[in-house]
Amino acid sequence: MQNVLFDRIQKDISENDIVLFMKGSAAFPQCGFSSLIVQVLSQLGVTFRDINVLEDNDVREGIKEFSNWPTIPQLYVKGEFVGGCDIVREMYTEGELQQLLDDKGIAYNKSDAA
Amino acid sequence: MAIDIETLKTLLETGIPDAEVHIEDLRGDGDHYSAHIISPAFEGKNRVQQHQMVYEALQGKMVAELHALAIQTSTPKS
Repeated sequence: MQNVLFDRIQKDISENDIVLFMKGSAAFPQCGFSSLIVQVLSQLGVTFRDINVLEDNDVREGIKEFSNWPTIPQLYVKGEFVGGCDIVREMYTEGELQQLLDDKGIAYNKSDAA
Repeated sequence: MAIDIETLKTLLETGIPDAEVHIEDLRGDGDHYSAHIISPAFEGKNRVQQHQMVYEALQGKMVAELHALAIQTSTPKS
């Protein structure tokens, strides 16, 4: 059961450059921390796959184990776990998130970079 | 569920070697904290690994008893 779930998560983060596991959807975040990452990604003008964990309790619990990370939201870029809200905010402010996107060859809106 | 600030501080100081811990109760409700943890043990680790150390020090309380903890980690020299 767990393997099936992990395979599904692995598939999602492999098939999409940027994946955000969040509470609510990108259009309607249902948690301030999830909302903050959506705002950062919107500022950067990147497209991302939003996965609403509130709609799937298996994923909600499974992703915590998968990432060894106890909280939601969780951001993945090119299959790599970047972090939760605090890390993403800090990286964005420091320009490290932009650097990561550059390194991974993902285009983003540079004019709005912090 | 809430956790008091001293318990939180003790958990972090016990779980992370030589940690200097600064905690702020963001809403005064014992449920939304901000913690800045400075420890030489973070040296050479990326942010994800540093925060994972913090979560480990909390021994599962992050999910069970604590709703929101903003975490900032750094090493003594920075």
